[in-house]
Amino acid sequence: MYKIVLAFRYLVKRRITYLAVLAVALCVFIVVVVMTVLTGLVIDFRQKNHSFAGDCVVGTESLVGFAYYEDFMKILDGKDFVEGISPVIKSYALVNPVGTERNIDVEIMGIDPVKHSRATGFGQTLYYRKDDVSKAFEPAYDANLLGCVIGIDLALRRDSEGRYPYGSGPTEMALAISCFPLTAKGALAKGGAGLVNTKTFYYSDNSESGLARVDGSMVYLPFEQTQLLCGMTGPVKRVNAIHIKFKPNVRLEAGCEKVTSLWQSFRQEKGGEKQAYLLEKVTVQGWKEYRRGFIAAMEKEQTMMTVMFGLVGITTVFIVLVVFYMIISHKSKDIGILKSIGVSNWNIITLFSGFAFLVGLLGSGVGVFAGWLFLLKINRIEDWLFERFGFQLWDRTIYAIGDIPNQVDAKVLAVIIVSAIAACLVGALVPSWQAAKQKPVETLQVTQL
Amino acid sequence: MTVLLGSDYMGKDDFILKAEGVYKSYRMGATEVKVLKGVDLTVKSGEFVAIVGASGSGKSTLLHILGALDSPDNGVVAFGGRDLSRFSGGELNRFRNKKVGFVFQFYHLLDELSVLENVFLPVMVSRSVVGWFACRRWAESRARELLVQLGLGERANHKPYQLSGGERQRVAIGRALMNEPRLLLVDEPTGNLDSATGNGILDVFEELNRAGQTIVMVTHDERIAQRAGRIITLVDGKIKN
Repeated sequence: MYKIVLAFRYLVKRRITYLAVLAVALCVFIVVVVMTVLTGLVIDFRQKNHSFAGDCVVGTESLVGFAYYEDFMKILDGKDFVEGISPVIKSYALVNPVGTERNIDVEIMGIDPVKHSRATGFGQTLYYRKDDVSKAFEPAYDANLLGCVIGIDLALRRDSEGRYPYGSGPTEMALAISCFPLTAKGALAKGGAGLVNTKTFYYSDNSESGLARVDGSMVYLPFEQTQLLCGMTGPVKRVNAIHIKFKPNVRLEAGCEKVTSLWQSFRQEKGGEKQAYLLEKVTVQGWKEYRRGFIAAMEKEQTMMTVMFGLVGITTVFIVLVVFYMIISHKSKDIGILKSIGVSNWNIITLFSGFAFLVGLLGSGVGVFAGWLFLLKINRIEDWLFERFGFQLWDRTIYAIGDIPNQVDAKVLAVIIVSAIAACLVGALVPSWQAAKQKPVETLQVTQL
Repeated sequence: MTVLLGSDYMGKDDFILKAEGVYKSYRMGATEVKVLKGVDLTVKSGEFVAIVGASGSGKSTLLHILGALDSPDNGVVAFGGRDLSRFSGGELNRFRNKKVGFVFQFYHLLDELSVLENVFLPVMVSRSVVGWFACRRWAESRARELLVQLGLGERANHKPYQLSGGERQRVAIGRALMNEPRLLLVDEPTGNLDSATGNGILDVFEELNRAGQTIVMVTHDERIAQRAGRIITLVDGKIKN
C-alpha cells in the first residue's frame, strides 16, 4: 500500500515529475495525431483502390490482351459467389480536343458502365450520371453522340479548398482519341501511313476516383468502341482484364482461390484453341495484389512513419530515464529511510516502477485527450490557418484528399497508451535498479563514519 | 508508556545483542580506512547503553552494523542468539522492520507523508494492500496514541517540514516504536537540537527504558551519555576498557 501512496505523492508533489508527464504527453499527442491522420490516409487510399479495382482481377499486363473472355465470363456468371463481372479494355492513347493543336497522352479504359459499376465503384465516381450509370456515355447536350468519361483531373483543376468547379452539365467538347490497334500476335494491326485508329468522342461526364494517378490520366470509353480502337474485335475478341466483385459474405482470399481454380480449368480446356497462348500470361489477383504497386508506396510511407515514431518512443524512454535519474537522485534519502524500516530492493524497484507507471498513465491520458481534441478540430484548424495565413497541410490543388482523416482508432490508441507506459517503465528501470542497489548507510550517514 | 512498548519483552538478564570481533573498513580513494578494529559488545534486554566517541571513531558505523544496515568485514553480530550474517534478505528486511527501530540524527522523515503516515509507515511496509486495509484502523489508532504520548497529538496531519527539530525527532521516535521493536538504535538523537529540546528527547528515551525498552544510543557528548545506564567508549575503532 505504501508503494501506491508514495508513488502517487511523488507524482503530485514533485514538480520535476510534471516534466516527465509533459514529455510523455507531448510524445503521445504527436503519435496519436500523426498515426491517426496517416492511418486514415492509408485506409482511405486502400478503400479507393479497392473501389477502383473491384475484388478480383483476371487480366494481363500485355496490351494485346487475352481471348475467349466471354466463355470465361459465362462460367463466372453462373457462380453463386460472384456479384458482378466487367470485361475491360486498357490501352494508351492520344487525345486531341477537336479544334486545338493539343495532344494529351492518356490511358483509356473501355467499359460497359453498368457492368463495371456492378463489379467496381465506378458508378459512384461519376458526377453527372451517378444516378443513372447506363447513361454515362450519353452526353447531356446530345444523347446520340458517343460519350466519354474523363478523369476529373484531366478536365478540371481543383480550387485551393479542394473543390472542382463543376458546371450544371458537361461542356460540349469533342475529343479525337487515337491509339495503335494491335493484332493477337502483338504486331501493329494497320500498316502504311494510317497506323492509328482515331475516333471522336464527346465529353459526357467526369470520374473522380480519388486516386490522383487515375483521375489525372484516365479516359473511360464505351467498351465496344474501345475494342474497335484497339484492334481487339474480329472473330476472336479480346480484352485486357475482367474485374470481379464477390458477394458480400465471400472472403476475398476464398473468392480469389475459387476464381484461380476456375481459371486454371478454363485454360486447360482452351489449351487447343488458336489463341490459347494469350491465356498463359493471364493472372488472377486480389485487388491488393493488383494495385500493389500503388498501395506499397503508401504502406512504405506508413512503415517509415512507424520507424520514425519508434525513434520518438526511444526519445521518450531517454527523457523519462533522465527525469527519473534526477528524481531518484533527489530521493536517495527516502530510499535509505525505506530500507532502514525493512523495505526490500525489489519493493524499491516496484515503488519507482509504480511511479513510472503513473507518469506514463497520466502522460498518455493527457496526450490522448489533447490529441483527440486536436483531431476533432483538425479540419477547422486547417481551414482557419488557410483563411488566415494561406497555409494548408496538404495542398488540395495537388493532393487528392478532401478532409484530413481524423477518425481515432481505439486499437491504435490502446497500442499508443500501452507503448507510452512501457516506455516509462523501461526509462525508470535502470535508475530504479540503481536506487535499489544503494546501501542505506550510504544515503543516511555519509558524513559520519 | 504501555502504548509505547509492546508486551513481549525478555527478562532483564537476557542478552539481546552480542557483537564479537567486529571489523569494518572503508575505501576512501586509494587508502583503506579501518573504522572498527575488533569490537566486542553485549547488550542485555532492557538496558540503555550509550556508545560515546569522538567524531570518526566508528560509533555510527557500529550502530549501523548492529542494526543490519551494514555488514561487518569480520566478526559476528548476533541478535537474540541468531547470527545476523546468516539471515536471508527477507529475514533481514523483517528484522529491520520488526525487531529494531532506528532514530537518526537528521530524523529522516518522508516529506511527502504526513506526521501520522510517517509514524505508521513501518506497519504499512510490512503488510500487503489487503493486509493494510485489514489493520489500518488499528495502525492509525496506535500511531495517534504514540503521537499523543510523544506530545504531538495535534500535529498528526502536519507535514514534517511544518515541525520544529525536536518535534521531528519525536515523530522519528514514534516511527521507530510503531512495530514494538525489541531494540531501539539511536544515532546522535540530540545532535541537531538545542539543549532544552535535546533534554526533552532524552527524557523520552529514559522513560521508554524505564518501561523496559532496550536502547543503544550513539553520541559524541559525554553529558548526554550520562543519561544512559551504561556507557561504552569507542576510541580509534575499539572499545576502551
